[in-house]
Amino acid sequence: MINKTAAQMAEALAKGETTSVELTQAHLDRIAAVDGQVKAFLHVDTEGALAQAKDVDARRAKGENLSPIAGIPLALKDVLVQKGVPTTAGSKILQGWHPPYDSTVVSKLKSAGVVIMGKTNMDEFAMGSSTENSGYGPTFNPWDLTRTPGGSSGGSAAAVSSFQAPLAIGSDTGGSIRQPAALTGIVGVRPTYGAVSRFGLIAYSSSLDQAGPFGRTVLDTALLHEVMAGHDPKDATSINAPVPAVVAAAKSGDVKGMKIGVIKQLQGEGYQKGVQTRFDESLQVLASLGAEIVEVDCPSFEYALAAYYLIAPSECSSNLARFDAMRYGLRTGDVDGASAEAVMSATRDAGFGREVKRRIILGTYALSSGYYDAYYGSAQKIRTLIIQDYAKAFAQADVLVSPTAPTTAYKIGEKVDDPMAMYLGDVATIPVNLAGICGMSLPAGLADEDNLPVGFQIMAPAMQDQRLYQAGAALEAALLSKWGAPILSKAPELKGAK
Amino acid sequence: MALPTYEEVIAKWDPVLGLEVHVELNTQSKMFCSCATEFGAAPNTQTCPVCLALPGALPVVNEKAIESTILIGLALNCKIAPYSRFARKNYFYPDMPKNFQISQYDEPICFDGYVDVEIETEEGAKQFRIEIERVHMEEDTGKSLHVGGATGRIHGADYSLLDYNRAGIPLVEIVTKIVPGTGKYAPEVAKAYVAELRDILRGLKVSDVKMEQGSLRCDANVSLKPIGSDVLGTRSETKNVNSLRSVERAIRGEMIRHAELLNDGKKVKQETRHFQEDTGLTRSGRSKEQAEDYRYFPDPDLVPVTPAASWIEELRASLPERPSLRRKRLKEEWNVPDKEMAAMINADVLDIVEATVLMGADPTKARTWWLGEISRIANEKELPIAELAITPAHVAELVELVAKGELTDKLARQVVEGVVAGEGTPSEVVAKRGIKVVNDDGALMAAIEKVCAEQAETAEKVRGGHLPAAGALIGAVMKETKGQADAARVRELLLGHLGH
Amino acid sequence: MSSLSRDDVAKLAGLARIEMTEAELVELSSQFGLILDAVARVQEMDLSGVKATSHPQPLENVARPDVVHPSLSPEDALSGAPAQEDSRFRVPQILGEAE
Repeated sequence: MINKTAAQMAEALAKGETTSVELTQAHLDRIAAVDGQVKAFLHVDTEGALAQAKDVDARRAKGENLSPIAGIPLALKDVLVQKGVPTTAGSKILQGWHPPYDSTVVSKLKSAGVVIMGKTNMDEFAMGSSTENSGYGPTFNPWDLTRTPGGSSGGSAAAVSSFQAPLAIGSDTGGSIRQPAALTGIVGVRPTYGAVSRFGLIAYSSSLDQAGPFGRTVLDTALLHEVMAGHDPKDATSINAPVPAVVAAAKSGDVKGMKIGVIKQLQGEGYQKGVQTRFDESLQVLASLGAEIVEVDCPSFEYALAAYYLIAPSECSSNLARFDAMRYGLRTGDVDGASAEAVMSATRDAGFGREVKRRIILGTYALSSGYYDAYYGSAQKIRTLIIQDYAKAFAQADVLVSPTAPTTAYKIGEKVDDPMAMYLGDVATIPVNLAGICGMSLPAGLADEDNLPVGFQIMAPAMQDQRLYQAGAALEAALLSKWGAPILSKAPELKGAK
Repeated sequence: MALPTYEEVIAKWDPVLGLEVHVELNTQSKMFCSCATEFGAAPNTQTCPVCLALPGALPVVNEKAIESTILIGLALNCKIAPYSRFARKNYFYPDMPKNFQISQYDEPICFDGYVDVEIETEEGAKQFRIEIERVHMEEDTGKSLHVGGATGRIHGADYSLLDYNRAGIPLVEIVTKIVPGTGKYAPEVAKAYVAELRDILRGLKVSDVKMEQGSLRCDANVSLKPIGSDVLGTRSETKNVNSLRSVERAIRGEMIRHAELLNDGKKVKQETRHFQEDTGLTRSGRSKEQAEDYRYFPDPDLVPVTPAASWIEELRASLPERPSLRRKRLKEEWNVPDKEMAAMINADVLDIVEATVLMGADPTKARTWWLGEISRIANEKELPIAELAITPAHVAELVELVAKGELTDKLARQVVEGVVAGEGTPSEVVAKRGIKVVNDDGALMAAIEKVCAEQAETAEKVRGGHLPAAGALIGAVMKETKGQADAARVRELLLGHLGH
Repeated sequence: MSSLSRDDVAKLAGLARIEMTEAELVELSSQFGLILDAVARVQEMDLSGVKATSHPQPLENVARPDVVHPSLSPEDALSGAPAQEDSRFRVPQILGEAE
C-alpha cells in the first residue's frame, strides 16, 4: 500500500478498501523500519496521527463530504507551527518548544482531514541546501545514504522518496523545495509567493519564503497544493484570489502548442554533464509532444545569487532577533547576577549553528548604516531587474525551464566548510524566489555518471501555477512510458525494509 | 559655581526646542493583531502569537489605526503621503518581543504640518507656530516590573517581570521640526503645544490622551545657543515627561542645566535623560557602549499604505472644529466670562454644554446646571460626568420646565436627582414623584394666613414697612407648601396681604 | 577584495546579540572576504533609475478591521517561558534603559 500514489490511496479509502488508520499505521511502521538510517523525521507524532486517522475514518463512515486527500498521511517540515507538537525549525534554540497555536497551513490540513505524522528535519531555520545545517544532525539521501538529500527541506523530500510518507510539505526560500525534490527523485512545487499563507511558517526571509507540496507524482503534488493554498487574512502578503486549478491541470497534462522557454543563463557551464543531458532529453520529449521550444535571455540572472545572499540574510537578521531567551525556547547563561543582555548573547551563541550566525552577521552588516544602499538597496534593485527579465521572457513563452540544480546529490560533508560552493547550488532556483513566481521540479531521470536523480525545473508567472502542473504532467507521463516504471523503483532498497 | 537663575539663562542664551509626542490610539484592538487594548487588564491576558512574537506569527495592520493617524495628520495641517511604508527599527530590548519595532522611517504617512499655539504673557497674548516634521505609526512595548533592589527601579534590580498586554498597542509619533525663537517663553510654549495637541486629539476622539496613564507621552529636546548666533547647540533628549506641568518644568530645568555647563566652558553631552517627577530634575540615562544602529528596512511582512485621495478628502471633511477656535467662538456666542470658560474646559463639559445649548437651552442656564449641580453629583459618585444617566436633552428639558414656571430651581434639583437615579426624563420624574409648583393662589393664601397668624410679630413689622423681615415669612410659607410653591408668587401675595 | 576585520565582526556580533569566541570571530572574518566579494557583484550593474523591490507581489492597503478576537489564555501565553512569576515572564536583570 505504501508504494502507491496518494491519488491511488485516496481512491482505496473512498472505496472502503482500506482505512486511514491502516494506511497511517503502515507508514508509521515504515518510519520505524527505515528512518533510523534516513533520519527524515525530528519528531513522529504516533498518537496524534492515529487519532487524526481514526477521526477521519469516523467522518467518512458518517458519510461526511471529505477533501480528496482526507485520511492520507503527510510529513510536515518542522518550520511550520503545529499546536502542541514540538516545533524547532531545526534549531537548538527552539528545543522543547510546544507551540500554543496552529499555522494556517496546519489548520487547513486538519480541516481537510490530512493526517500529520510528524515533523521533518531541515537546515536550521531553512538556511542551507543539504540539511547538514540542522541542529539535530543531517538527513541522508535514500538513493545513497552517504549523500545529502538536498535542503533545506531535506527531511520532507527524503520521507517521500523513501516511502515513509506519500505527501510532505516543505518551504522554499531559495530553492528549498525544488532542489531536494530534484536530488531525491520526487516532485516538489514552490507556489507563487502569497498563494500559501505564511502565518505560522517560521520566518527565514519574509519576502522570499513560501511553503509548498512534495509528492511522488505531479497529480499527488497538485492534490496537496490545492488543499494548502488560498487567501489568509492573517498574512498581509497573501493574495486574495482563487487558487489556480492545479488538479485539473495535472489531470489534463497537455503541452501541445505550449511555448516553452529555455533560459540561456541557466544551463551549460557549471552544470554537471549528466544533469545537462537529462535536461536536453526532456526538452526533446516536450517538443515531441507538440510544445514549441524557444530560447530566452535573462541577463540579470547572473546577479541573482548575489542579490539573494544579501536580501535573505538581511531579513533573517531581523526575523531571528525574537529568539532571545526571554519568552520561549532555550535560555543559557542565566547564572546569578547575569544580565538579560548577557543571557541573550550567550543563548544565541549556544542555540544558533554556524550557518545561521554567518547569515545573521552578514545581514546585520548589509543593513547597517553606511552600507545599506550599497548592499541591501542594490540587491532590491537587482530584484527589480530580475522581475523585468521574467516579464520579457514570459511574453515569449508560457513556461520557462532549466535544470533544477547544477549537480546531483553530493556527499555529506563535501561542501559544508565551503559556504560559497554550497550557495552556488541554488543558482537556478533563486530567481523564482526573487521574482515571487512559482516553480516545480520533477524527475528527469538519472545522471549517467552517478545514477542519481536529476531534476527538471518549470517556472510560470505569478498565480499561473496550473501551467507548472499542465506541463509537468505531460512530461511525467511521457517519461514514465519511456522508462516503463517510476524513477523511484530504481532506488536501492533500504536495509530493514520488508 | 551656583546654578544660574532662569533670568540669567535667558539673558545670555536662546533655547531651541524639539518635541516628540507619542500618543496611544484608542482602537479596540492592537496595531497588528486582534488582542484587546484595555488599560489595567491582568498581566498577559491580552497577548497572542503576534504580539508575543512567537515563531511564525505575522502582523496585519489595523485599518482604524491608519484612519486615526490620517485624521491626526490632517488636524495638524500635514500632507498625507500617497505612498508610505512600515519599516523595522532593529534593537534588542526585553520589553519588545520581536526585538524590532514596527515603525515608519523615511516614508511616514503624514508630514509637513503645523500647529499654532497661544500663550498669555505680561505683554498680552502671543502666538507661536510649531511646525510638524512628521506623524507616523508604530507600536508600543510591553511593561516591565523590576523586582529586588531598593527602589523598584531598573538599577539594582535582581530581575524583571514582563507583561506584554501593552506590547503592540497602536502608537502615533508626532515630531516637530526644531522650534526656534521662543526665547524666554520656551517652557510655556512647549506646554501650550502639548496642551493644544491633547485638545486636538481629544476632539478627534482618537485617543484617551491621559498623560498619567501614559496614553500621551512627551520627549523634549532642548539645546541652547548664544543669543544672536545661528549655530545650534548640542541637544539633550528628556524622556518620561508625563504631565503638562512636567513639560514646562523639564524644559526650564534643562535650560538651566545646559547654561550652567556652557557658562563653565563645559560641553553638553548629546544623550537621553530621564525626568524625575519628584525633583523636577533630569538624570542621565545609562550611556550606551556604542551608538545604536537601528538598521531600518521596509517591513517585508506588511504592504505599502496608499490611501485614496477621495478617502483623505472624506476624512478632511469630517474633521471637527479646531479646539482653540471653537473655544473662542463659544466664548463669544455664549458671552461667558474667562473664569467660567476655564472652569468648563477644566471640568471637560464644553461638549455637553454645547449639546445642551443646541437643544434650545439658554447657554448660561445650561452651563450652570452642568458645572454646578450635575458636577457636584458626579464628584460625589466619583464618576465622569458623561457616565451619569443625565443627558443634554434632559437638561434642556429641565431648563425649559423652569422657564415655564412649572418647576422652581429647588424642585428642579430634585428632578435632576431623579433623572440621575434612572427614573426617566425630567417630565417622567415630575409625574412619578408628583412634583409640582403650587400655583393655586387659594392654597397659597391659606398658607400665608396661617404663617402670618403664627408669626404675628414679624407680620406686623412687615406691615409697618420693614420689608426685609418678609424673608422669614416667605421661607415659612415655602416650608408649609413643601417647596412646591413659586417663591416669587408667594412674595407677591404675602406683600399684598400685608398691605403693600 | 572586500574584507571585514575581526573587530568589525565583533561589532556586528554585538549588534546581533551573539556572543562569539575569539576563534569564531577570526573564522568569520576570514570567510567574509570571499562572501562579500560574491555579494558585492550587485554593485557591478548600472542601477541608476532602477526602483527597489521590497515586496514581490504588488499588493497595497492590506488591513484588518478593528475587531477584538480572543487572546491566548495566560497559561498558553506563558507556556514556553523559561521562567515565570505571577503570570509574567521572568527575565534576568535588564541593564540598559528602554528606548
